[in-house]
Amino acid sequence: MRASNRRAVIAGVHNTRQARRLEEETSRSLMVKAVLGALDDAGLALSDVDGVSAMADSTSLIYDLGVGPAWQGQDFGAGMFAEAAAAVEKGYAEVVVLVAAQAGSYTDRAATAPWTRPENEFVAPWGMFTAAEFALIARRHMEVFGTTREQLSRVAATIRNNGDRNPEAIYRGRGPFKPADITASRPIAEPFHLLDCAMTSEGGCAAVVTTAERAGSLRRDPVHVLGAGVDFFGPSYQFPPSFDLRGRRDAPSNGWAGRRAADLAFRQAGIERDDVDVLELYDPFSFEIIRQLEAMRFCPEGEGGPFVEDGRIELTGSHPVTTDGGLMSFSHAGANPQMMQRVIRGVQQLRGDAGPLQVPGAHVALCTTGGAGALFTGVILLGDDLP
Amino acid sequence: MTTRLRAQTREVPHAVPSEVTAPFWDGCARGELLFQRCARCRAITFPPSEHCRGCLARGQVWEASAGRGTLYSWTVVHRPVTPAFDPPYAAAIVTLDEGYQMLTNIIDAAPDDLRADLPVRVSFRRVGGDLRLPYFVPA
Repeated sequence: MRASNRRAVIAGVHNTRQARRLEEETSRSLMVKAVLGALDDAGLALSDVDGVSAMADSTSLIYDLGVGPAWQGQDFGAGMFAEAAAAVEKGYAEVVVLVAAQAGSYTDRAATAPWTRPENEFVAPWGMFTAAEFALIARRHMEVFGTTREQLSRVAATIRNNGDRNPEAIYRGRGPFKPADITASRPIAEPFHLLDCAMTSEGGCAAVVTTAERAGSLRRDPVHVLGAGVDFFGPSYQFPPSFDLRGRRDAPSNGWAGRRAADLAFRQAGIERDDVDVLELYDPFSFEIIRQLEAMRFCPEGEGGPFVEDGRIELTGSHPVTTDGGLMSFSHAGANPQMMQRVIRGVQQLRGDAGPLQVPGAHVALCTTGGAGALFTGVILLGDDLP
Repeated sequence: MTTRLRAQTREVPHAVPSEVTAPFWDGCARGELLFQRCARCRAITFPPSEHCRGCLARGQVWEASAGRGTLYSWTVVHRPVTPAFDPPYAAAIVTLDEGYQMLTNIIDAAPDDLRADLPVRVSFRRVGGDLRLPYFVPA
């Protein structure tokens, strides 16, 4: 199949140092390091950039980096890559740098991280925070389908064991973990225990999106954006996070957020679920992996628990998930960096850069961001070649 | 587990109500659990909104719920969101008999009593300051 030269690719990626706390850094200093790192990875310079995507920071970065006139993106997570891909395919920009970073905003350890605390008057008085929002989704699934505490532990142990072996992970060398270790950790918001939950950390990351034509002469083999989609049900943490929340169309409920997005992404890519070699699933809490496997049709509804029990999601299994240790063990900085990092990990796997955690022969990666507890899920499919 | 789930006793975070939401909190102060019903299509909108979420008409009418429903999902929280909250507490979604869902806390129960579809009823409790919150207890 002959592809259009304007097909979007990811030509460079970079993670700054990640740590529980980066005393000497600010969010801005990390953004600058990440941008320069990703451009260097691609073999490009700031003078090549004519697009910036950094949510609310896009416009000030265009000024501070001196890259105007430039296209600016506003989206986040998987949608951020989809938006940048559309921009280069349409010709609004040639080289877009996507960046996110966070340092210095979580210092009061008596409370949960500030971005997890809702301010809404119908939410805040009930002591809600992100773990509780996602726990309400998980508990409903356990009640309806019989998903077990042990199945949650199996997921968390798998992901934390990936992080244990990842030299770049903040929690490298903390394992190995057995499922019983997860269950034995202290309860946070049941069914979730401490080791079911993402950590909090600081760090930044960036990626470069350009056209296949432009990437042909660059330093690294490009990774193709094969397809993408995003499902939103409303703002995060302002309404009851109900599994059965649905809109007026005949479409999946919030519990299956990401199904429509995945269906769209696979249709654009012209590939099937079986073509996916590695699943860089967003892992804010252990249950979310089980839910996403069902939502994205890797297994039938209600069968995600049994699906994760037999080693399928481990690195050597048929559906290896979250191979850097994810939000639980690699890093979980701020709202957007840790989402971008799911996609960056997909790129690393397809370029053969995943070191001891490389999935052999990985040609297609599915990356996700978000979850039903936050009323949205985004999906992006990456390939080392076009199908 | 023999712990009893209780209402909070100190001041908890609560945003200033807007013109749209103030009648709900005024209702709580009187011991009434209010929701909006559309005068045109009869659909219920909760949390409150300027427009009916069914037909988008304005002119919704406040109505009192019977305050009875069932437990839809819950989480017993042991690591409180801020020190203002005393754990454990059970954040929950209840489905009111009128057909809408709301966030609340379940109290006057043991964590092990909680299960999907448990019948519950509203119980207003005063927390810190003047705030009266619509908690739910087993019916």
